[in-house]
Amino acid sequence: MQIDFILNENKCCIEVAPDEMLADALRKIGMLSIRQGCDTSCCGLCSVWLERSPVLSCTIPAFRVHGKKVTTIEGVQTEAEKFARILAAEGAEQCGFCSPGFIMTVLAMKNELQNPSDEAIQHYLAGNLCRCTGYMGQMRAVKTYLEVTAS
Amino acid sequence: MFTIDELVQPESLNEAAAILTDSPEVVVLGGCGFLKLGSRRIGKAMDLSRCGLGSIEENTEYIQIGAMATLYDIEINHSINSLFNGIVSKGVGNILGTQFRRCATIGASVYSKYGFSDIIPTLMVLDTEVELLQNGRMPLKEFLDKPITRDILTNIFIKKDDRQASYQNMRNASADFPILNAAASKAGNQWTVVVGARPARAQIAEEASRQLSEMTEDTIDAGRIAAIAAQELSFSGNNKATAEYRQAISQVLVKRAIEEVLSCK
Repeated sequence: MQIDFILNENKCCIEVAPDEMLADALRKIGMLSIRQGCDTSCCGLCSVWLERSPVLSCTIPAFRVHGKKVTTIEGVQTEAEKFARILAAEGAEQCGFCSPGFIMTVLAMKNELQNPSDEAIQHYLAGNLCRCTGYMGQMRAVKTYLEVTAS
Repeated sequence: MFTIDELVQPESLNEAAAILTDSPEVVVLGGCGFLKLGSRRIGKAMDLSRCGLGSIEENTEYIQIGAMATLYDIEINHSINSLFNGIVSKGVGNILGTQFRRCATIGASVYSKYGFSDIIPTLMVLDTEVELLQNGRMPLKEFLDKPITRDILTNIFIKKDDRQASYQNMRNASADFPILNAAASKAGNQWTVVVGARPARAQIAEEASRQLSEMTEDTIDAGRIAAIAAQELSFSGNNKATAEYRQAISQVLVKRAIEEVLSCK
């Protein structure tokens, strides 16, 4: 079946199978930032935005994005780089495998929540697992990023 | 991972009903989060996302939740949050991460009657009804007890009343299914105590609820009621917890739920 959608501000038209997940469909057309870690909807590595809200691309069937707007980290590179530099500076970056999904969720959180508390940040980011660095560095990076971008 | 040979996407509920009648084997898709954990081979699948079932609406009597509303829509809905001590939002807020809750739908979560469900116990302690395309509207408890297999859940209605409620759960890890959950509510003098993830489907602890309803607030012994609930309900073991462990934990969770309701003024 054919689906038409907006991918990173560009019109996109691709053929997908009825049981094809969005992550597979996007990787097939070169969106290799999307990682597949657990494949059980737990790790958040495959996070992308659907209409500017973070979703698990491994769990959304590709046909559901027909007529909608999908954003991957390739579509928000400037903002992603800003946060990624803070992430590295805070020692919250090691193997980097989880970073694209984590960054997409953090950027979405920044758009959605106003002055989130530590608890609200942790709750929002609970679906992004990192097995390298622990979460304290990430928390510092998120708070620094929110401060820097607010000012 | 599941496979689908053919996908149909009705544009209306009438069209969906016709498909259900013509193709009894059709599988209605929800968020697909649980489906993808298995390897089911689906001949014909039906996607309801074009049927306009994604909204949450409110009138003076009810909150109406469309079957395709996501758990996250429910979690952040102001009207739902402001009622029943925020129990519905708390019930869904523990389920994996934000991104997953934007994929999972309330309709599939309820229609599937999952034993591990976090949302079913919370809805059971409220005055909740479900609306089915062919079987009509009925109380949630009646739907859970009936062996309905061929229908489409279209809406969930939660009656707006002044009840206070509490939801408790225990997980081995935060991103795991609950090994047990419990909910309690009080509307006037009427208490309802529910225990879920036993690991069988959530069930009302009828005797505990009855005894609780006969007591005045200052004579309630939450620990004794929790023990009654633990005795009257059945528990089983699986790879997450033994039956004995669940039974013991149920006493703690039910007691906490009752005490939390009592603390609400």
